[in-house]
Amino acid sequence: MSDINLVEAPAGVEGAGFFATSLEKVVGMARANSLWPLPFATSCCGIEFMATMGSHYDFSRFGAERPSFSPRQADLLMVMGTIAKKMAPVLRQVYIQMAEPRWVIAVGACASSGGIFDTYSVLQGIDEIIPVDVYVPGCPPRPEAIINGFNKIQDLVRSESLRRRESPEYSALLAKYGIQ
Amino acid sequence: MGKIANQHIIDKLSTQFGEKILTPSEPFGLLTFETSVTIIADVLAFLKNDKELQFIYLTDITAVHYPEKTNALAVVYHIHSLIHNVRVRIKVFIPTSNPTIPSATTLWEGANWMERETFDFYGIQFIGHPNLVRILNVDDMTVFPMRKEFALEDPNRVDKKDFFFGR
Repeated sequence: MSDINLVEAPAGVEGAGFFATSLEKVVGMARANSLWPLPFATSCCGIEFMATMGSHYDFSRFGAERPSFSPRQADLLMVMGTIAKKMAPVLRQVYIQMAEPRWVIAVGACASSGGIFDTYSVLQGIDEIIPVDVYVPGCPPRPEAIINGFNKIQDLVRSESLRRRESPEYSALLAKYGIQ
Repeated sequence: MGKIANQHIIDKLSTQFGEKILTPSEPFGLLTFETSVTIIADVLAFLKNDKELQFIYLTDITAVHYPEKTNALAVVYHIHSLIHNVRVRIKVFIPTSNPTIPSATTLWEGANWMERETFDFYGIQFIGHPNLVRILNVDDMTVFPMRKEFALEDPNRVDKKDFFFGR
């Protein structure tokens, strides 16, 4: 017997030979279980992510089977590590190259706030240049913490409205960062 | 070939440059002396080209900021005689109002990046350098961050309130 669990169907109306639910819920479910992450790993948090991707923690069981090293095919930007100010335009460019819908997770103290590097050469959190959906604390966070952050992203994806990316609030958020 | 005594190097330099070789000392056995900005190019060329000494290797160029001194910026050269395995440290003090010094790129190609780094962090103008632009910091930085008057910490950081740290 296989011990593979299937994703639970979203709430809906079920009868003989049919199942009715809203498109939004189906799309959310599909997206949440096939998020392709782009690992943007610059330091020790990246090493923790390697452990997360490995067979022991098995990141791919959440549908993140394919780490995408091209921003064009990625859904989730995972920023792991210290982002120096000289790296900031590169990170921003990678974010801009990603297609909508896109999510961002800041893993570790440095990506979230600059961490111990309170200095002129280090970006004090990536949310100075791009919008962030989930922050994972830790220096570095354990693989469990990274997985938990990923699960939070999945919750966001699952419940996101289909029209969110066209909303004026979302445009205003991007405009705040000077994107678009 | 045996080691050359530090005293011998100082004697040779004093014969060549007289009173302009100042305050020689040997902390941890490393011969250190000061000289002036007018003759630093000649001193380096002499040490490199002298048939006996042959200080052919430039180990490092950097700077130090001493805000309390009149000539507040010290440019420090470390050179190495690979033949004799002897090292020398040379310091040149220059004022912050006019931080200019001749470039060593005419003697060593390797001085290029070292001088760019020293310019990047201390704002020292190396006259004759082929491409004196920032090398490590972001291009649009307006300050020279290793000078003492510039705050180390990033001004954008908002969560680091003094009262959390008992200050």
